[in-house]
Amino acid sequence: MEITLNWYLTLSALLFTMGVLGFLFRRNVIIMLMSIELMLNSVNLTLVALSQSMGDSAGQVLVFFVMSVAAAEAAVGLALIIAIFRNKLTVDITKINLFKY
Amino acid sequence: MTVSILFFVLAAAALTAALGMLLSRNPVTSALWLILNLFCVAGLYLTLNAEFIAVIQVLVYAGAIMVLFLFVIMLLNLASLPDLKRIEWKRIISFMLGMGLLAMLTFIIAHALDVMPDPLSLDLAAETGSASSLAKVLFTQYAMIFEVIGILLLAATIGAVVIAKRKPV
Repeated sequence: MEITLNWYLTLSALLFTMGVLGFLFRRNVIIMLMSIELMLNSVNLTLVALSQSMGDSAGQVLVFFVMSVAAAEAAVGLALIIAIFRNKLTVDITKINLFKY
Repeated sequence: MTVSILFFVLAAAALTAALGMLLSRNPVTSALWLILNLFCVAGLYLTLNAEFIAVIQVLVYAGAIMVLFLFVIMLLNLASLPDLKRIEWKRIISFMLGMGLLAMLTFIIAHALDVMPDPLSLDLAAETGSASSLAKVLFTQYAMIFEVIGILLLAATIGAVVIAKRKPV
């Protein structure tokens, strides 16, 4: 039995769904950021599977760029969390309402 | 055959790790589950013959980004650290056995259903995923984007330092 493209696509769809659920249901901002990383990761899995099945390197170059952007996003996001934590002393998303009023 | 068994083991572990990340109360435990998930996905890249991306996955995601996450969690003092003195071997072994069982059952069901169209051609895939063929494309066709990514990372570093810096009151 050969593992084919469909299995990888199904797995990455499941992982992406879990990332979305984590982003929507958890209230800790750091865990929400981690869910975003999970989503980016599942998209990378899709890209690599498709690129390998088509024999085209462009998808893997795109994965490389996605990883760089994910690193930049994580750095800036965590810096924002630190800055907000200094003011509000919480990372609960329901208690952070800086734009209200 | 080895690759398909490996796929099912890694896929089961990756899904369970994602679930563990969603469900655990402690942020540190959550981050550790995510690291397990990232390692499993790196193994999946290896089953796809994309060795360069697998190495980069471990280096960048599991190595750099997750260390950043754990560092921030500990900096903010959000959670008590897991007690390192007692490693619960019973739970670790039962987790591994459970993953093996899940992989085996999925494998058998997939085998019975036999829902397999086009197989990946392995020789072509190994040639596409190697570091040298990726570097050829990356430094010729996508050289401009590569430079722009460098500038983006510089901007993100400076931005992170400026945002996280304590403001003089």
